[in-house]
Amino acid sequence: MTGGQANNERLNLGEGWRKLFLPAAAVGLLALVVSVIIPLFRGGDAHAWAQFFRSYLTAFIYVLTLSLGGLFFIVIQHLTRAGWSVVLRRLAEAVAANLTWLWLLFLPVLLIVLFGRGWLLYDWMDAAHRDPIIEGKTPFLNVGFWTIRAVFYFLVWGFAGWYFFSRSRAQDGSGDVNLTHRMQRWAPLTAILYGITQTFAAIDWIMSLEAHWFSTMFGVYFFAASCCGFFALLCVLMSALQRAGKLTGEITLEHYQDAGKQLFAFGIVFWAYIAFSQYMLIWYANIPEETGWYLARQLGAWKAVSVILLVGHFALPFLLLVTKHTKRRRAVITVIASWMLLMHFVDVYWLVMPQVPAEAMSAATTYPELTQMVQAGAEVGFAPSLTDLTCLVGMVGVWLAVTARRMGTCSLIPAQDPRLHESLAFENM
Amino acid sequence: MSATASRKDGAKGMWGLMAEFDSPAAIMHAAEKVCAAGYRKWDCHTPFPVHGLDKAMGVKTTILPVLVFFGGLIGCTLGLILQWFANASAFDMWFIVAVRGYDFLISGKPLISGPAWIPVIFEVTVLFAALSVVLWMLLLNRLPSLYHPTFKSHRFTRVTDDRFFVVIEAGDPKFEPGRTQEFLEGLNPLSVEVLED
Repeated sequence: MTGGQANNERLNLGEGWRKLFLPAAAVGLLALVVSVIIPLFRGGDAHAWAQFFRSYLTAFIYVLTLSLGGLFFIVIQHLTRAGWSVVLRRLAEAVAANLTWLWLLFLPVLLIVLFGRGWLLYDWMDAAHRDPIIEGKTPFLNVGFWTIRAVFYFLVWGFAGWYFFSRSRAQDGSGDVNLTHRMQRWAPLTAILYGITQTFAAIDWIMSLEAHWFSTMFGVYFFAASCCGFFALLCVLMSALQRAGKLTGEITLEHYQDAGKQLFAFGIVFWAYIAFSQYMLIWYANIPEETGWYLARQLGAWKAVSVILLVGHFALPFLLLVTKHTKRRRAVITVIASWMLLMHFVDVYWLVMPQVPAEAMSAATTYPELTQMVQAGAEVGFAPSLTDLTCLVGMVGVWLAVTARRMGTCSLIPAQDPRLHESLAFENM
Repeated sequence: MSATASRKDGAKGMWGLMAEFDSPAAIMHAAEKVCAAGYRKWDCHTPFPVHGLDKAMGVKTTILPVLVFFGGLIGCTLGLILQWFANASAFDMWFIVAVRGYDFLISGKPLISGPAWIPVIFEVTVLFAALSVVLWMLLLNRLPSLYHPTFKSHRFTRVTDDRFFVVIEAGDPKFEPGRTQEFLEGLNPLSVEVLED
């Protein structure tokens, strides 16, 4: 890279990060404050707070998956010593570095658990909800171990997010090839720890919302969802930066095509494959302790949400992205990726919110009876609430602000990476 | 008139003309010029894939992905029909042959049941898509081809080592033995050779 003025402007956000930082941080913090006020206005009782924490968890899982997907991308690039992706890696590094502070957003959940109010989210933490099945799971599902695990996840992620971002940024200055070697040496261990932590985090934070239920596929599902979120975000980020006049010479249509391929492969096809594999085994075996989870997702309005996911998260984007022509049109891939970001949120929402109405379930003797009771007004989990929106806006706002701030501190590409030239000259065919 | 006659005579037994180059850059330039000159039936032969050569040659995007898509679609339909036929069909063929599927009821599922059928539909789709990739690729490339006129050339053996070749076929509408030879020599090749059928 010959460092001309024009080049520098194109490779750095410069002061441009402020344009995003201030509004995003302001709106984000305001929305978070409003989210806390809303349950107070709703009487501040257990139900209002339970509703708030569901919304909070949904939004947290959303920004967490975006960041985790970024970490996965970095690790895979180092594992495979990939050349094509070097110009995109810094974006992933900046996104994954959020894992160093996301524990702050998780703190409210951790605190209610530590102060004995974890049952607002997790029934199994409530002594009144204990039954033999949950008793049997206590060696794993107990508050102490749950907390230790959460701390462990954040330690692993925080360290990995910090490590890959800071080493890569150090290389910008020194151009030291050994940094690349070192990152490659750490990649396999990080990949293994990543697999373990994200699987158990998915079990702890989402699957245990319905503690009777279990699926060995769930961690993989969470992984596929993370990939969907991150790769969709990556496409949007590339396009947004280029629209702002950044990386215009470095990121080419070839990179869009490959980012689109990743979104297609991981976020759409693999996601659907895993989602269906999980569904089919449970549907086929038809064992009540397993089907309950899906029952909640086909009762009432959740059935429509399930169908929206099937069509909007798989069928439609599959047909749209199967050809390279849509991946190679910046405007088109940006629209599809934005749509996938939305669908990813619907997916997370669909994972966290529904719950079989317990009273209706014990009263009903047949499935038609149960559906009648739902139609008569029995609530399946949590109804849409204003806090869903404010929590989402709040977390995404804060998350964006910090990400923009971080991107402002360094070059937008790993300018001294030994494989940069490969990436700049990359062609798909 | 005589020109046409000589062209026909000259073209007799001639399959094409082959120009030899010694670097990827040289063949890239040559390819651009051959393409610009309007030739259609010609090709480049290189020891390794030369990036950007397709573009320099003006090779059109292949239709293969579209064919594969429809291959997959056919597989999808056949997978569906197969399972309906095997599990749930019940009709009389030619009024006398009673066709009945093996209508086993498995864990109370209906005979025509979407989720259970998807794995097979998926696999047959992948199978047909994969087979259509290979078969259409061979077909579009006119492979397998056991003989090719370039094999007669002694120089051409170095195509697997360090030489790059442009071959213009005599069947090209713009091909004229004398002119094409002059044209190829104008590209500064190491040699120009006549290939016979």
